[in-house]
Amino acid sequence: MSITLKLNGKTHEVDAEPGTPLLWVIRDELKLTGTKFGCGVASCGACTVHLNGEPVRSCQTFIEDVEDAEVTTIEKMEEDKVGAAVQQAWMELDVVQCGYCQSGQIMNAVGLLKENAKPSAEEIDEAMYGNACRCATYQRIRAGVQRAAEILEA
Amino acid sequence: MTINTSRRGFLQGAAASGAALYIGATANGAMAASGSADAMLNNFVKIGADGRAIAICKHVEFGQGSATGLTTLIAEELGVTMEQIDYEFAPSNPAIYNNLLFGPFQGTGGSTAIANSFPQYRNAGAAAREMLISAAAKEWGVEASALDIVEGMVTGAGKSAPMGEFVAAAAEMEVPAEPRLRDASEWKLIGNAQTRRLDSPAKVNGTAMFAMDVQLDNQMVVMVRRTPQRGGTVVSFDDSASKEVKGFIMAQALPTGHGVAVYAENTWAAMQARNALEVEWDLSAAETRSSAEIKDEIMAALNTEPTYNVNKADRAAVKSSVDGAAQVIEKTFYFPLLAHAPMEPLNCTIEQTADGDIVLHDGAQMPTGPHMAYQQIFELPAEKIQIKSMLAGGSFGRRATPDADYQVEAGLAFIMTDRSRPVKLVWDREDDIRGGYYRPAAGHKVRVGLDENGTIVGWDHQVAGQSIMKGTAFESFAVHDGIDHSTVEGIADSPYTIPGQALGLTDTEKATSVLWWRSVGHTHTAYVMEVMMDLAAKAAGKDPVDFRLDYLAAEGDAARKAGVLKLAAEKAGWGNPAAGRAQGIAVHKSFGSYVAIVAEISGNNDDGIVIEKITAAVDCGIAVNPDTVVAQLEGAVGYGIGHAMRDQITLDGGAVEQSNFPDYEPLRISDIKAIETHIVASAEAPTGMGEPGTPPSAPALANAIASLLDSSDMLAELPMAEAGVYFA
Ligand code: FES
Ligand code: FES
Repeated sequence: MSITLKLNGKTHEVDAEPGTPLLWVIRDELKLTGTKFGCGVASCGACTVHLNGEPVRSCQTFIEDVEDAEVTTIEKMEEDKVGAAVQQAWMELDVVQCGYCQSGQIMNAVGLLKENAKPSAEEIDEAMYGNACRCATYQRIRAGVQRAAEILEA
Repeated sequence: MTINTSRRGFLQGAAASGAALYIGATANGAMAASGSADAMLNNFVKIGADGRAIAICKHVEFGQGSATGLTTLIAEELGVTMEQIDYEFAPSNPAIYNNLLFGPFQGTGGSTAIANSFPQYRNAGAAAREMLISAAAKEWGVEASALDIVEGMVTGAGKSAPMGEFVAAAAEMEVPAEPRLRDASEWKLIGNAQTRRLDSPAKVNGTAMFAMDVQLDNQMVVMVRRTPQRGGTVVSFDDSASKEVKGFIMAQALPTGHGVAVYAENTWAAMQARNALEVEWDLSAAETRSSAEIKDEIMAALNTEPTYNVNKADRAAVKSSVDGAAQVIEKTFYFPLLAHAPMEPLNCTIEQTADGDIVLHDGAQMPTGPHMAYQQIFELPAEKIQIKSMLAGGSFGRRATPDADYQVEAGLAFIMTDRSRPVKLVWDREDDIRGGYYRPAAGHKVRVGLDENGTIVGWDHQVAGQSIMKGTAFESFAVHDGIDHSTVEGIADSPYTIPGQALGLTDTEKATSVLWWRSVGHTHTAYVMEVMMDLAAKAAGKDPVDFRLDYLAAEGDAARKAGVLKLAAEKAGWGNPAAGRAQGIAVHKSFGSYVAIVAEISGNNDDGIVIEKITAAVDCGIAVNPDTVVAQLEGAVGYGIGHAMRDQITLDGGAVEQSNFPDYEPLRISDIKAIETHIVASAEAPTGMGEPGTPPSAPALANAIASLLDSSDMLAELPMAEAGVYFA
């Protein structure tokens, strides 16, 4: 079926079967590879994108459910005020190791900071719980979210 | 900042002088416009006419920071800032880019990336500097000794010009064999904690290219249905349901019989079509044992005379001194199989060029492995096979198998096609968790005898487990007199001086493929050594730090181990935990480095235990990138503690029971509240840092739990959660 997808401010007509995860449309059809596949079962967060500004797991978001919604991926974060602050904080603190989970971490962190401009360590842990990092960069993710909050406050 | 990966360049010929011309290529392989020719000053340093330097990295970058580290060494010696240099991954060529500790083999492992490259990369950077300086000196008619390169400018004798101006002339020169290395007092980059990772920008904006991100024109995606039990083979398969999946192309049994390859137009179609496939397996020769049987076999081996007397001890004498001791502490340990589960599932992409070359795009941890395997599969000489190294999304050992498992699988899937379309092999998480290659299961039985003063008089240690190296291409390298050192490392070579120690080893049968897993044998040996040290200290009525120091000599190896132990204790406020908290300590040497960990925890076993703080001290010689050392320590601690808390791979009738993160639960952000790392200043040569943080982390936690609960009963078997420890 043909679906109209609004992604990063552009409209795309994509041909995909109902039930196709948004993740694979983004990666394989639209060739935006910043959004990652880690588990396919919503338990790692590597595939996190924003749907109307809210972080969702694109591996468990189906293409027929996103028609008319606004989808945003990591590739657009540089233009987002909160996104740019999180990216800056991530670079200042060198949060990344292998980096494979980090698009998802950043998308989730941006979602958190848009809801809560100054999250406590506990609130960060709660919000970021579902984003696994096999390199265990968690100390820096926590610090990175706090640093981004500081940057945004300044 | 531009991040160069091997996609952007390839070796075009190789001049005998070592000054091969490196020609930039665009991402699609077309030649870049003329005028962008870069000069290869030696095998590791390339410089563009624009004066930007490029370090050629022979090690995979899978998070450990090797790309930044190797580039730092070049930049330091060359005389450029980190902003003036990029990196690229080396092509597969073991004659040039081998790991100097592995022989003629290009690969990353054993925490050796910086350790083996430190002199080599400094030399390469210094050689490039001397070539550029010679060219400038000639042009200016001044003495080369009057010149240096500072921040990319050739400077001295009253002159200064960008080094790019001398690249063409420098490229014609002989590469000096023994260039002058900068003295440590001149270093601006080595040891500079302000240095940032070169791969951070691309990894925070989605542009970093992992092998999973390769999208070649017209590529097919292949997923494989593998035998559920090791050793099973395909009898027949029915792909009629797969044919219903839009985008399905075909299904074919692999020539090895171990699986059926399903080809599709894209990843989602490949997943669905693969999952819809019906396969009939011949399991007559397949593994059928369960985890309980594996464990029984290992535990039984601990109660028999060991096959190997590893340290050639007088076993009878050790046994009798333990038997006759005033106190005997005895404990038997069991360690389950563990999966590596790197965040990026295994994958690679293979294509054939118009010239008939085979090109593999891979987050290649050991390029020489697939390079050799492909010579056989495709019946091609080495020079007709190219391996393009990509960023890898973690490995922890999994991307380096002695049989190049997933690359061979991709090669076989490709050779069954007409090769007109590239083939991208993709594993999903279920494939990864079930697809074999695990940290081997192991058991230890230890009996420690103390005299009436609480001094160790005998330490009878038996290990039984599945050998990683036997039966692989690495056997001759790692197995001596029948002893696979990787099963007993960390005991056999411990810096502790333990009176009357006997170390026995018995190999048990492999019920599944086993593999090195971040820190290899140290994953279990450090746990046993350090938990036993604590139990012995307690029995002796001594402080665990003081007790350990009694067995560490005042010089050499032991002194460095004692150094990190004391530093971690001091920084953690050892002995004075906050109210309601308990501390545990462990120290271990692995991969040449020394790490001590203090774990501070709170709570109880009814409401849950909380890991409040980890304090680490590390001595890894010269810390080339101190912040990377800290990051590796944090990551290695998380890796060690996460698995010890709650992970295991179990077999039921030979088949793996776990399948994805919900039942192989990763460490999560809330599991460790804080980690603080301290680096010992050192002028010693750099040693490993990717792994050494893992071994002491779990025993430090175990010792803290023993102190909090005043019992070590639940700490003899991992994972802790299975043994009854309740984490909040
Ligand atoms: S891939 Fe979507 S949560 Fe893991
Ligand atoms: S940085 Fe490697 S998985 Fe998070």
